[in-house]
Amino acid sequence: MMWLSANESEALSLSLSVASRSVLLSLPFAVLLAWVLTRRQFVGRTVLDALVHLPLVLPPVVIGYLLLLLFGARGPIGGWLERVFGVELIFTRNGAALATAVMSFPLMVRAMRISLENVDRGLEDAARTLGAGPMDRFATITLPLMLPGVLAGAITAFSAALGEFGAVITFVSNIPGETRTLPLALYTALQTPGGDSAAARLALISCVLGLGGLFLSEWFARHVRRMLGR
Amino acid sequence: MMLQVAAIKHRGSFTLDAQFELPTPGVVALFGRSGCGKSTLVNVIAGLLKPDFGRLALDETVLLDTERHIDVPPERRRIGYVFQDARLFPHLSVAKNLRYAQRRAKVPAFAGIDLVADLLDLGTLMQRRTHQLSGGERQRVAIGRALLSQPSLLLLDEPLASLDAARREEVLPYLETLRDQLAIPMVYVSHHFEEVLRLATHLVLMESGKTIAQGNLGDMSLNPGLRAIIGADAVGAIVDGTVLGLDPASGLLRVQVGHGELKVRFGKLATGAKLRVQLLARDLIVATRAPQQLSVRNSLTGLVTAVMEDDGDSDLIAIDVGGTIITARVTKAATRELGLVSGLPVWALVKTASLRPYPI
Repeated sequence: MMWLSANESEALSLSLSVASRSVLLSLPFAVLLAWVLTRRQFVGRTVLDALVHLPLVLPPVVIGYLLLLLFGARGPIGGWLERVFGVELIFTRNGAALATAVMSFPLMVRAMRISLENVDRGLEDAARTLGAGPMDRFATITLPLMLPGVLAGAITAFSAALGEFGAVITFVSNIPGETRTLPLALYTALQTPGGDSAAARLALISCVLGLGGLFLSEWFARHVRRMLGR
Repeated sequence: MMLQVAAIKHRGSFTLDAQFELPTPGVVALFGRSGCGKSTLVNVIAGLLKPDFGRLALDETVLLDTERHIDVPPERRRIGYVFQDARLFPHLSVAKNLRYAQRRAKVPAFAGIDLVADLLDLGTLMQRRTHQLSGGERQRVAIGRALLSQPSLLLLDEPLASLDAARREEVLPYLETLRDQLAIPMVYVSHHFEEVLRLATHLVLMESGKTIAQGNLGDMSLNPGLRAIIGADAVGAIVDGTVLGLDPASGLLRVQVGHGELKVRFGKLATGAKLRVQLLARDLIVATRAPQQLSVRNSLTGLVTAVMEDDGDSDLIAIDVGGTIITARVTKAATRELGLVSGLPVWALVKTASLRPYPI
């Protein structure tokens, strides 16, 4: 991209990369949790619901800190991931993706739940009488009908992931080319003497990205609604 | 060959306590006022609702027996279900809705897409989206979809209730075709007696969650429980008569009922075919002497078998016209003056215009 500086395009592509990974990582879990929280009655449902919503009410720095404890090189999960899969999270873009995924998870689950609540269970019953088992019903009836919510959730989460600051900088620091996403680059520019104009340009890029996402999601939503015949 | 159903289900203050049998193939109508538990019972049969106690067997196959802990899940019961609101999948076209059922059929197809499309005239609808269909078309597709799952029993829960009279008239002939051409037993839920008359071979009466009476339609037409639901004016014998041929002079169809004969206005029908005729009790005239010089075309001779109080000022006279019972409503004054008592020979008169024929 000709009109962006090397630093800017690096931050932009890194942001897009982190946000995409974050959405791909959280999507299956979010669908599962939305379904469990909407359709299942079990002991501990309220606790699970609260746990999912935790990132909305806790300061992002606290989430970053908790991630460090759990997923750090010596953390119970982080150590295991490194030993078994050789996956390093600290100071990497995958770590940044994890942090943004956790932060945007409640938004994603929320959008999916609203859409799942609107799926007519009578249609699932109808599929059942036609011989469709549980997984079959979910894949062929429930999931396609909650698709607007899945898409809305993914787009909201993607946008939130682009803007996540606190959890990312706490968990994976601010490393150029690896974890310095747009908001971190903007923050760095502000901390640098004479970086005002660079900061302004980065802010503008963020605005364009955000608006673009908004239009894209609107277009998607309309397309899906037409597909579902509404 | 028999469908056997028994179910008890408590739900708050409502209790379903139902039991019925249907010789198969046949069409049993579950009939009763709204909220009497018909849909609940159908959902138990489909397996979508678990009863506290229940038993369901189709011929030799036990699908539900709570005492023996048998409960075949709905997806493996092979019971087709046509819902009142059709429940077509909105994200699939008509053709894909049909194929959805066909692909999941558990047995080799006896009804293929071509046959079903032909029976229900679905050919021109195939590529449509479900929201582009009229109410009647939706129900036809829903019926076709249920058939394509190759069911051994078909449940129809008020499939015409959400349609206006014209649309209902548009779908009913298809249901008649289904009954006549496929030997699938059907459970038909309705609170329209007209639909029952046209489709059912058997009738189960339900009232506040209980099955209060059951039997073949002819026997049930005389049941007092039915009168309470359909009202006094709709009470009358329903007889399945045998066509004797066309009366050349009048162009009317001669139909044998008991040892007598009725002349019925009803197109053409092969000799020997069955025709269902409803003789409303309010339209019948009773005479104790052979009537003469009357315009009435139909006169059946028989013996009074019972005089039942109908309401404050009228009686219901049951008359055996040769193995078939018909009923006439007369005023109590008429009962007294004619001396109508059990065993009395009488003539029952009815105008051809009052006879209601239904093809069966």
